[in-house]
Amino acid sequence: MVYENKKQKEDGLRQVLEEMKALYEQNQSDVNEVKSGGRSDLIPTIKFRHCSLLRNRRCAVAYLYDRLLRIRALRWEYGSVLPNALRFHMSAEEMEWFNHYKKSLATYMRSLGGDEGLDITQDMKPPKSLYIEVRCLKDYGEFEVDDGTSVLLKKNSQHFLPRWKCEQLVRQGVLEHVLS
Amino acid sequence: MTEALDLTGRDSDAGSEEVVLTPAELIERLEQEENLRRAKKGDLKVSIHRMEMERIRYVLSSYLRCRLMKIEKFFPHILAKEKTLHEGELSSLSPEELVFAKQYMANTETYLKNVALKHMPPNLQTVDLLRSVPKPDLDSYVFLRVKERQENILVEPETDEQRDYVIDLEEGSQHLIRYKTIAPLVASGAVQLI
Repeated sequence: MVYENKKQKEDGLRQVLEEMKALYEQNQSDVNEVKSGGRSDLIPTIKFRHCSLLRNRRCAVAYLYDRLLRIRALRWEYGSVLPNALRFHMSAEEMEWFNHYKKSLATYMRSLGGDEGLDITQDMKPPKSLYIEVRCLKDYGEFEVDDGTSVLLKKNSQHFLPRWKCEQLVRQGVLEHVLS
Repeated sequence: MTEALDLTGRDSDAGSEEVVLTPAELIERLEQEENLRRAKKGDLKVSIHRMEMERIRYVLSSYLRCRLMKIEKFFPHILAKEKTLHEGELSSLSPEELVFAKQYMANTETYLKNVALKHMPPNLQTVDLLRSVPKPDLDSYVFLRVKERQENILVEPETDEQRDYVIDLEEGSQHLIRYKTIAPLVASGAVQLI
């Protein structure tokens, strides 16, 4: 749903808020009628409108919160820099929420044991082997492996490299894990 | 993934009271492995240590991720519980996790307020998150292994037709039981969730 047109979301939300305003104002006026004019026959309608208001609020908040959960998932999937295509579908406030979230997460990760902390957004899968076969998807250039040796990551070249060194590049789309 | 926050085991259910050293211990081992690696370059042991390191790193990351996910999922309830800790009760969260949880709540509340709530009628501008966000289902069933023999555990009925009954838990036996029934046993370490 984050991919849904941002404008649609904003329009939809605005309509809900306008409807709420209208319902509330009708209720205000009816409540006055009840108080001053003794029109207690209006009470069921007032209650009904109030239920509508609560429902509208519940739906609006649920929708917005669901979007937040998807945006949160983006941090774990794409990293801290989101592709422009995704950012386009987020409102300014959502972007702000995202920035606060990733900052909060970064602070937490830095606090984990030792000086550098632990990046728990890595190592998402149990390690099966020490080395993996990877194919290079884009030209990357020199890449240093252990012992000071380096490999040239050219597009379409294949390498047998330590898994932990490659993980970052695989997630960035530079390398592709070849499963034979 | 199970419901509440636990410090002793990975996929377990309790709002356990103890702050366990496991993450710290694992990190220490990770660092030890790192040192060993530097010391024995070129040896076959390096590979083995490296594998071990990766495994430790994975287990640790997975465990911490699970905790964060639970914190995010149940944040109003967890924070409410933290507020009402009695004297001598230990927190289920590390200090850093508590900070994270508070920030998550503040961030979300601010967002909802600015985007929707402040544009709503005056009497509807506050949402009680404790009521809107689902709370952990402590009645869900969990698997456990008994470490210390327990006698006379009271099992409350689920339906009106049933009645309370009492069971004994033999050491080493495994059970499938409602979490709420055995919650204190998880906290004390008498049983282990599997």
